[in-house]
Amino acid sequence: MNALPVNWRLWIGACTLTAIALVALGAPWLAPHDPWALLGPPLAPPGGEFALGTDLLGRDLLSGLIHGARVSLLIGLASTVCALAIGITLGAVAGYFGGLADRVVVRFTEFFQVIPAFLFAILLVAIMRPGLRSVIVAVALVTWPPVARLVRSEFLTLRSREFVEAARALGLGHGQIILREILPNALPPVIAVGSLMVATAILTESSLSFLGLADPNLISWGYIIGSSRSVFRDAWWLSVLPGLCLFVTVLSISLLADGLGDSRNPLLRSRRGLSP
Amino acid sequence: MTAAAPLLDIRGLTVELPPGGDRRHAIEDLWLRVESGRTLCVVGESGSGKSLAAAAIVRLMPSPRLRISGGQVLLDGRDTLAMGMSELLAVRGGRVGYVFQDPLSCLNPLERIGRQVREVLDRHGWAGDRAARVNRLLADVGLPQPGQIVHKYPWQLSGGQRQRVMIAMALAADPALLIADEPTAALDVTTQAQILRLLREQQAQRGLGLLLITHDFGVVAEMADEVAVLKDGRLVEHGDRAQVLGRPREAYTRRLLAAVPPLLARAARTGGQPLLQATGLRKTWAATGPWWRRGAPTPAVAGVDLRVDRGETVAVVGESGSGKSTLARLLARLTQADGGKASLQGIAEDYLSMPARQLGPLRRAVQMVFQDPFASLNPRHTVGHSVAMGPIACGTPRDQALREARELLERVRVDPRAADRYPSEFSGGQRQRIVIARALAMRARLLIADEPVSALDVSVQAEILDLLEEIQQRDGVGMVFITHDLRVAARMADRIMVMNRGEIVESGNAAAVLAAPAHPYTRELLLAVPRMEGASGCAPPHDTATGGA
Amino acid sequence: MRLLAAFAAWLPRALLTLAAIGLLNFMLIRLAPGDPAAVIAGESGAADAAFLEKIRADYGLDQPLPVQVAAYLGRLAQLDLGVSYRSNVPVSQLIGQRLPATLLLTGTALVLAIAAGTALGIAAARRRGGVLDVAIGSFAMLAYAMPVFWVGLLLVLVFSVGLGWFPAFGMASLIPRQGFAAVLDVAHHLVLPAVTLTLLHLAVYVRLARASTLEVLGRDFVRTAQAKGLTEGQVLRGHVLRNALLPTVTMAGLQVGHLVGGAVVIETVFAWPGIGRLAFDALLQRDYAVILGVFFVSSVMVVLANLVTDLVLRLIDPRIGR
Repeated sequence: MNALPVNWRLWIGACTLTAIALVALGAPWLAPHDPWALLGPPLAPPGGEFALGTDLLGRDLLSGLIHGARVSLLIGLASTVCALAIGITLGAVAGYFGGLADRVVVRFTEFFQVIPAFLFAILLVAIMRPGLRSVIVAVALVTWPPVARLVRSEFLTLRSREFVEAARALGLGHGQIILREILPNALPPVIAVGSLMVATAILTESSLSFLGLADPNLISWGYIIGSSRSVFRDAWWLSVLPGLCLFVTVLSISLLADGLGDSRNPLLRSRRGLSP
Repeated sequence: MTAAAPLLDIRGLTVELPPGGDRRHAIEDLWLRVESGRTLCVVGESGSGKSLAAAAIVRLMPSPRLRISGGQVLLDGRDTLAMGMSELLAVRGGRVGYVFQDPLSCLNPLERIGRQVREVLDRHGWAGDRAARVNRLLADVGLPQPGQIVHKYPWQLSGGQRQRVMIAMALAADPALLIADEPTAALDVTTQAQILRLLREQQAQRGLGLLLITHDFGVVAEMADEVAVLKDGRLVEHGDRAQVLGRPREAYTRRLLAAVPPLLARAARTGGQPLLQATGLRKTWAATGPWWRRGAPTPAVAGVDLRVDRGETVAVVGESGSGKSTLARLLARLTQADGGKASLQGIAEDYLSMPARQLGPLRRAVQMVFQDPFASLNPRHTVGHSVAMGPIACGTPRDQALREARELLERVRVDPRAADRYPSEFSGGQRQRIVIARALAMRARLLIADEPVSALDVSVQAEILDLLEEIQQRDGVGMVFITHDLRVAARMADRIMVMNRGEIVESGNAAAVLAAPAHPYTRELLLAVPRMEGASGCAPPHDTATGGA
Repeated sequence: MRLLAAFAAWLPRALLTLAAIGLLNFMLIRLAPGDPAAVIAGESGAADAAFLEKIRADYGLDQPLPVQVAAYLGRLAQLDLGVSYRSNVPVSQLIGQRLPATLLLTGTALVLAIAAGTALGIAAARRRGGVLDVAIGSFAMLAYAMPVFWVGLLLVLVFSVGLGWFPAFGMASLIPRQGFAAVLDVAHHLVLPAVTLTLLHLAVYVRLARASTLEVLGRDFVRTAQAKGLTEGQVLRGHVLRNALLPTVTMAGLQVGHLVGGAVVIETVFAWPGIGRLAFDALLQRDYAVILGVFFVSSVMVVLANLVTDLVLRLIDPRIGR
């Protein structure tokens, strides 16, 4: 896969992701049945009336998968946006102003990185009422630290660059400098990390719903797998197919992120190899 | 010289660039020779291919996309370009030793010095006591207490000491040819002189052939027996030192030589009105480290007085760590001073202690030109926006500011249509012009230039210096010119101030300081400048105190 | 000596961090909806008023807040994590029983992931763009994209249900074995869960080692080493390796927290008797004392792991601390 020129990775990732997003958006119209409706014989294998089979209670798997796309993408995006907002703000403040603000933010970030992330997410979901909002908040609170560190180090580097000093010499204020001079230059690596964070958020949400901790009113891929655990030996399609959807989604995000990242990566321009 | 077989014979070396570049070859049909016991200096500007040629001798290409497509490189009669790998590895370090430019990045930071030097001996199967040889080598290159140095790490040594280690490593396995690629470019001028002397001594002692890559004609004048001039990958001129430096045949060589400022003071301009008056400037960096192991606070600027008149240039000369850059930032109020006063005629009585709100007029009057043209412009803003940014922030309407920006670009001889392009499309010299335009946009009365030409090729340097001088004459701008290069200072300055460890050790008219330096440090600096005067036919400075070339 | 000084510098900060986590624990109970005493009682005794009174007395819930905090932190310092009211066993005892299993699982996975990941990453970087690089890079990307529980289930389906090579559940056979046979038995059960946990983190280390090696290869001192005439292997071993490992060591410290989190899912899938499974079961039963206890203990593990990585970093890189 690495042999594909950069453009290919970007395109494959982008196209797949767009397809999944379209499916997610059009779920109410695309899905053949209501995913919650008990329509067919339980544990029917794929093929036949229900294209991908039914689950323990006779619900159509295909519809479940299509609606599941919605939930996964929604939660992935929403929590990433929140995490980015927190991380960029904290990182920018710490990196630009330095001093006490920096020390406080660094301690705060380190504290959050010591806490075992998934356990913390579980705890948060358990304490708040299980639901869409609690899952988004829990995932966001667990994924923001790397963004803050990255933004902070970018700002630290850029703050002492001469064009920033020139901006100060021209009389620009702090806010203008942060938003218009530094941030546009700091964003490229953040975008790469951010796209991967969506993938991580989707995986985290799937683990949470696998364990039965997510919103019980939402069908998500992890939930389907988790609720079918007792019969997974016999009804393999209930475990394998939703996982495949997760796999493809995360893979396409990775491809997209890699494609975006590589096109800017100076490491990829001619670098000395080991062979003499 | 007899026609003995040369030690190194480069015949028709050609290196191809990957397709899509601005030219097809990185090096085209290069023919060079180095004899034992003689020094060949290869001179060129950036992009001339000189470093690449040095690396290609042992096929040490920086990138697999640069292909050696033709020619031979004969070392002791064997063609290194055709050798098998194991023979080539024996040649590297064994017959050819390399010294590179930046010793800090060229030494492994995680390994001790002794091990890094000894590695060469181990690799080439040195018979005899290797530990003793390491100590001997370090002593030969002038390092004190070799027994202690072997246990140290590279970052614990000074720049000059590190370069001596690199030379020791290059000489360890007793090579016949030493290749030095800009060995002194990253060093202070006093250290540079010592390293050059060391190279000469080692060459004489061991009968080495020396291939010296440099951009500095002063180094050429001091070191070369023969000189080769490269331009865009082609050999432009080749001959012995006296001929190339004294009676250059090619126009390009003449242009390069003419671009080097002579170490002669300019005619001083006097009688301008006072512009900047600064007294008692102080800045001390706080001590670092955890509370039980705090180092001492370092004074960067310790009580400096400075005066600049309108239309006058004052050069502040010093080596790295002298505090001159900090001084520049204090004057531009980019760094908060710990003490002192600075007044700007007609703008402020003491602008060092003014609150930030009131700094508007000051910001307009005092502008800085920085050293690194690649970091001075925001890569995400168009050039026009960068130039117009200041006036817009001060209230000028956008259209008017952009219009004036285009006029200014024209004035600094950059195509005004460039206003819509991005900095990455311009060369270093052009970017520096844009930076100057940016300073002019604010109608600055005082320019503070911190090493504005140090990162530029010598021919581009001359153009930028001409531009600065022309601006100064036309607009009556006062200038504080920070530099480590005495030649540049001589070219630009009416008065020179010499700075060392945060203090001004000497100050006076440029002619006086250069001709009859009073302070021993100034004399040391002047002595260390590699001389070209005798070789190129320019008049030597009128002093006897500095000694000869 | 440097290491001792580093340890001395680390200790107060670590204690402060652990105190902060204790404080977080304390706040989390109060954040849960409802009466804290009922929350602590969980499902076991919420209806019994006398039981709730006992809890209030035990935890001093009627005291002013600062006193409660101090008391709680004091108990934590003595490793008193409270009592699981469901099973009436001290939490620390429950955790102590299960901790070795988790340590075995996560430790094995960590070592495997770092060793294999780094080796593969360096191998990929040696011939950048070559077949091996493409293969390893693709493998890493695929491994990263797989949900951890899905991998576990797939492996069980293939290797346990399908091929019957490895057991699907538990840490040891029902029939206890003795001596070396017991060790082998545990190892046999360890394979599938450890491989599952390793795969996920393998991807991280492969990419990190590859990027780090490529970056070091571009540095000037590698060119110096090549100019000395060193062979490719000598350059790799003598100069590249140590420098390239630095980011990996740093990452390892950060990853331990994720390993413990992943262990929760894996222990649930494979019925591995570790603290992750303990936490999950406690979660279903709303046994908050246990959950918070596991949370605290795993935070301690992370803090200790960070100490180890910091010391290792100082050993490798003499620049730190000078």
